[in-house]
Amino acid sequence: MRDSAALAGAAPATRASRGIGEAAAAWVLCAPAGLALFALLLGPSAALLVLSFSDWELGAPELAWIGLGNYVELTTDPVFRIALRNTLIYVGVVMPASIGLGLGVALLVEGGSRLRATFRAIYFLPVVSLLVAMATAWQYLLHPTIGPVNRLLALLGISPINWLGSSDWVMVSLCMIGVWENLGFVVVLFMAGLTAIPRELYAAAELDGARSAMDRFRLVTWPLLGPTTLFVVTITAIRCLRVFDTVQALTRGGPNNASQVLLHAMYQEGFSYFRIGYSAAITVVFLAIVLLLMLVQTRILDRRVHYS
Amino acid sequence: MSGEAGRAILIEGIEKAFGKTRILKGVCLNLREGEFLSLVGPSGCGKTTLLRIIAGLESADAGSVRIGGKDVTQLRAADRDIAMVFQNYALYPHLSVAQNLAVPLVMRRLSSLERVPLLRHLVPGHAQRRSAINAQVQQAAEMLRLGHLLHRRPAELSGGQRQRVALGRALVRQPSAFLMDEPLSNLDAELRAGTRREIVELHRRAGVTTIYVTHDQVEAMTMSDRVAVMMEGELLQLGTPREVYENPADLRVAGFLGSPRINTLPVCSAPDGIRLGALLLPLQAEVAPGAELTLGLRPEALHLAAEGLAVQIEHLEFLGAEVLLHARLAAPDARLTARLPIAVAAQLQRGDAVHLRADWSAALLFGADGARIASSASELRLNA
Repeated sequence: MRDSAALAGAAPATRASRGIGEAAAAWVLCAPAGLALFALLLGPSAALLVLSFSDWELGAPELAWIGLGNYVELTTDPVFRIALRNTLIYVGVVMPASIGLGLGVALLVEGGSRLRATFRAIYFLPVVSLLVAMATAWQYLLHPTIGPVNRLLALLGISPINWLGSSDWVMVSLCMIGVWENLGFVVVLFMAGLTAIPRELYAAAELDGARSAMDRFRLVTWPLLGPTTLFVVTITAIRCLRVFDTVQALTRGGPNNASQVLLHAMYQEGFSYFRIGYSAAITVVFLAIVLLLMLVQTRILDRRVHYS
Repeated sequence: MSGEAGRAILIEGIEKAFGKTRILKGVCLNLREGEFLSLVGPSGCGKTTLLRIIAGLESADAGSVRIGGKDVTQLRAADRDIAMVFQNYALYPHLSVAQNLAVPLVMRRLSSLERVPLLRHLVPGHAQRRSAINAQVQQAAEMLRLGHLLHRRPAELSGGQRQRVALGRALVRQPSAFLMDEPLSNLDAELRAGTRREIVELHRRAGVTTIYVTHDQVEAMTMSDRVAVMMEGELLQLGTPREVYENPADLRVAGFLGSPRINTLPVCSAPDGIRLGALLLPLQAEVAPGAELTLGLRPEALHLAAEGLAVQIEHLEFLGAEVLLHARLAAPDARLTARLPIAVAAQLQRGDAVHLRADWSAALLFGADGARIASSASELRLNA
């Protein structure tokens, strides 16, 4: 009787110790990946966050903790304010424009019967080409005196515009280049999404009485493109937020900070003025915007999208 | 929904080529009001293309389609008043069952303004139209036992349920014709038999003219008023299931319908009659002597007998109530399959030498071009 009681008591104990062993093994097995994740992704972000609370300058022998000092400075810094405003304008213009145009182009190309691959390659060209190199071409195109764009305008009787040199026009120019840069990417993604829609659904829609192209678009294309659209919106938003190379290559934030954007301001503070702490604070703001965007995407948009 | 007769369909001289490949070679077909017609043939025979041409999803190179006496050849699919059930059902994956069923009604009865969320409430009479649509959806759902599934998405349904939604979407707006493109091919065997009955039952109740495309001869034979056998872009024969089975107009039709396949033997016409090798057959036909012919014998037209065609058993297939006997005929060298009752075949073994007697009144004779040649059994005894 006592033996059986002991046995009965022993069994759960063994099970429990096996449970602990299993848990330990799981932690050990996860450790390499966990460490890599921390060292390569979370660690640098944490370091960045810590640095943003300091006044460290590159090469300075010591640093002081100034708490939210950098962030307080941001609120009064006119350059940062322009950079933030310009970045949001850039995202607000380039993202919808390139997605709208991209969807239109993708529908046209996919609806046509031939040259699909050719068009795809042409539209994708800006994505695979080196943007800094292409910026040179843009600089020529938009040059105030010898640029073909202004010459074309002159033919129409419009006086020349200083595309990259005037603070009124520089953001317009950058946004146009941004659309040009993102359009191909969006087109290729939408074309992939369109080819995945079963042809039979369009036949069914036609028989169900969807007479106009708009009817079929609303009944079939748009809902079935949902996952693609969500992906395109997220990727394009992040690509737009990260705008940097065109600014650096063409305007360096000028004239008079009129084309300053977040990442370029960050770059200047960190790599020209060596104010690492302050530039870290700008980066934290940038990351916060990206995170907010992803939150909106997963919490709100994701729920309205149908995944087959 | 019941009692409303469908329209007659008249198809004349349909030609279609993709590039240099001729898919349809002048197909003519006529359906009576409310008829259920199967288009049957091997894959690639052009039956689906023909169906899509009738639907208006594809345009014909030549020929015309008339529905209810009206020429619809130039009309687009949306204007032909036809509903179609697709092989993969083609349900809208983002819409619930109820919304899927409602699409044909919404598209036809509500203006484009009324289909925009929020704006729809501004259009006068919208509520009445909407509730009429809902009532019809409800009715169709009840008829197809989908009432409890109305809020599900297609992805959450079984194959059979999806199939019923596709049927429901087709019949909810009471079209003048149904087109079905292999609607059962994605279902498992058991479900297929049940759904077959269900479709026949629905057709009987709705009375809508139906064209049913299938490569499955069992579906064609069991469901249809008439069967149209297509091969290589041509309509070979149109008739009741019994006619096309018992009286095939072409060797290809005879070979396609019937399982196991019809037995074919090379025969030739001699001055004194039809001969199988040296054997004089008790068959009479009006053919020139010396012509090469093909004799067709269904497996059920062969019986075990004390005398007749001498064969050796190669293989026996037990099917429960009956046995399929696969045997080799020595001269001329040929294979024969016979369908025998289990009682007769119980003692047979592989390798046994037996005699098969043919029911000559059921024998079919075909010319060298495959066309049927009229024949009749003669009183002459088989001189074996």
